Amino acid sequence: MSMFSIFDISSSAMSAQSQRMNVTASNMANADSVSGPDGEAYRARQVMFEARASSRSGIGGVAVSEVVEDPSPLRLEYRPEHPLADEQGYVQMPNVDPVAEMVNMISASRSYQANVEVMNTSKQLMLKTLTLGEG
Amino acid sequence: MLDQLEASLAFHQQALALRQERQKVLASNIANADTPGYKARDMDFSRALEDATRGAMQPGLKLARTSSHHLAGEGAPSALDSRHLLYREPDQPSLDGNTVDMDRERSAFADNSVRYQAALTIINSRIQGLKQAMQPER
Repeated sequence: MSMFSIFDISSSAMSAQSQRMNVTASNMANADSVSGPDGEAYRARQVMFEARASSRSGIGGVAVSEVVEDPSPLRLEYRPEHPLADEQGYVQMPNVDPVAEMVNMISASRSYQANVEVMNTSKQLMLKTLTLGEG
Repeated sequence: MLDQLEASLAFHQQALALRQERQKVLASNIANADTPGYKARDMDFSRALEDATRGAMQPGLKLARTSSHHLAGEGAPSALDSRHLLYREPDQPSLDGNTVDMDRERSAFADNSVRYQAALTIINSRIQGLKQAMQPER
């Protein structure tokens, strides 16, 4: 019975990592979005992970506690010909850091893979356990 | 008679249950590899097994008996005691307070899986042996 909770643990990590990947994809996609629905330039977002203890011993899965906006200042680009440029000729560009996003993406996909492996191994062990005493 | 059958499997059953618990602890470490402030844990396996076989575990859930005809049931003792769950000493502490070392966790996980399989194989052959002993002579 308790073996099934490994699936809960690994699947919670997989969904958390894929959410992180989604946020990274959104950041990368909007790296040049000068204006969003509110008229402001896009701000990079980051997910916050939080350990979720499922038993009293404190072991358990992981969950995304919140998605926060990157508070760092927007990038200013001098483009006087741009329709959204201010009086000085500067356009506010998103504060997305493509290098950091790439690193995030690789880290998320590696972690995702590790959790898939954990799940696969556990599944095999469980199936083997079910055939105990056969043959 | 059945008593003896159980006794011959009891040790391996305990070992298997503990291996399973350890598998869960390691899975939890791997799952939380990117959680800030998470402290990686592992168990002192040999000591936990020693305690388990000596019966020094926490008692399981007891059944309420409302009639004297009811059987006195005792749930299976929980295989893992929090006393045996220790924190890992990080080789390279990270800035966010997370102490999961992915290489270590993965090798521990693989190691534990193989040992789990070994325990399974031993139980299986033990069962086969018992079965064979019960077969009529041919």
